[in-house]
Amino acid sequence: MNRVGRLRLAVIALAVGALELACRTGLIDHHVLIAPSEMAVALWRLLVSGQANEQILRTFGIIVLAVLIAVVLGFAIGLVIHALPRLRQALDPFFATYYAVPIFIFYPVMISIFGLSSIPIVLIGVATAIVAMIMATLNGLDRIPRVLTKVARVHRMGPVETALRLKLPAAAPHLFTGVKLAVSYGFIAVIASEFILAPAGLGRLISDAYTDFNNPRMYALMLLLVIVATAVNMALHVFDQRWAERRGIGKP
Amino acid sequence: MTATVSERNVHAELSGVTRIYPGAAGTKPVHALGPVDLEVRRGEFFAVVGPSGCGKSTLLEVLAGLQTPTQGSVTFEGQPVAGEVPDGIGVVFQEDASFPWLTVWDNAAFGLRRGGVEASEVARRVDDALAFMGLKDFARAYPAQLSGGMRQRLCIARTLVLQPRLILLDEPFGALDAQTRLLMGDEVLRLWRRTGATVLLITHALDEAAMLSDRIGAMSARPGRFMDIVETGWPRERDSTIVSEARFGEITGRLWDNLRGESIKSLGYAGMAAE
Repeated sequence: MNRVGRLRLAVIALAVGALELACRTGLIDHHVLIAPSEMAVALWRLLVSGQANEQILRTFGIIVLAVLIAVVLGFAIGLVIHALPRLRQALDPFFATYYAVPIFIFYPVMISIFGLSSIPIVLIGVATAIVAMIMATLNGLDRIPRVLTKVARVHRMGPVETALRLKLPAAAPHLFTGVKLAVSYGFIAVIASEFILAPAGLGRLISDAYTDFNNPRMYALMLLLVIVATAVNMALHVFDQRWAERRGIGKP
Repeated sequence: MTATVSERNVHAELSGVTRIYPGAAGTKPVHALGPVDLEVRRGEFFAVVGPSGCGKSTLLEVLAGLQTPTQGSVTFEGQPVAGEVPDGIGVVFQEDASFPWLTVWDNAAFGLRRGGVEASEVARRVDDALAFMGLKDFARAYPAQLSGGMRQRLCIARTLVLQPRLILLDEPFGALDAQTRLLMGDEVLRLWRRTGATVLLITHALDEAAMLSDRIGAMSARPGRFMDIVETGWPRERDSTIVSEARFGEITGRLWDNLRGESIKSLGYAGMAAE
């Protein structure tokens, strides 16, 4: 591990240690926040008991599905919009203001249409994540050097081969930024939807634990969510960094 | 009796070529080039110089088949060039056209692999081209880890492995410093001698054109036409040391005499042009 990695770990250890100390010494009321070590123990017990496993898997399954749909559909829509400059001009103001509208407000509408199933949550996840992917696709395609198109013609490549062999790899770093954003938005949208209105899922469990004043359970589930979300995003970040370093454009 | 193309040793030819870009909404069409007549002889090193925006790159792209002339015809090895880049033509652009996601080796092998060339032959040609361009030690590096000059050498290597008979160079050293450009000029001369290919170089640098070329075409301001074709008379075995010869000064002087007024015109300094 390099110095930056060690420093990062030290910051986390310091923050967790300070929180632990504050909780253990009564500086923070036990009814408000339990110590991190207690959260970890509660989480371990919860996972071993298997009580919440089905709900946890359901939520992460929905997140994966929503992100996959958002990434694939967002990329395809981005390609189409990029090919139609007038359509893009027409849609630009909507993209610019899209995230000013809380997508969750449409959840009741979706329940009315699709019922209390997983579908409304998947759709909320997709709706929240997809525009980030569309924007990243447009950005990536905009930044493909025009000279690559000439190179493709010199090599007598057709449009499909040009797209797959040259344009896609050239735009890939920007597309990956879209994937990272889609994952983040997917997590937020799915958990928040479950928390507010859904009858099941990790968000619902946290909400129920909150209502029942079951602090160990609530913080255990929150800790799980923080660990998973951070691990996934860190993995994507590390992959992105290594990829950039491989291409000689990242920090050593 | 009129000599045939092969008797005249013509490798590529432009006859009465003009290129007019249609104007965008509310703007006039842009007459970028011509009419231009040019015969590029087989195996020669021909440079095109001219003021900014005179249509030099348009000429190269028309010759390569990347653009269709508005009028006139283009032939390469006696065959019309229309719609696509003919087999046997290689182009190196001014912009960095290396593929950042591929290693130097894979960049150079790109065209050969696409063409289904046998792996052993790909390896032989790529290793040879990289060694020739001084990139052998960087075969596993990525383009972002190379200097600008090395990246251009990589683009030349990628073209070289395809064994083109006509190499078109569109200001390939435009972004490089003066010393590196001189050295790159030596590389290109070595390449030209070794491959026996015909080379057409587009450049704005008179010294570069004078040092590298057998003949130099001086173009007018837009719409670009050839005002003068200068025969340098250099021996085939030459390098950047010829810049210290008196003849070099004569050539660049003649080119500048041709181009000074046109450059002023292209910059829009009407007052200076009248002096």
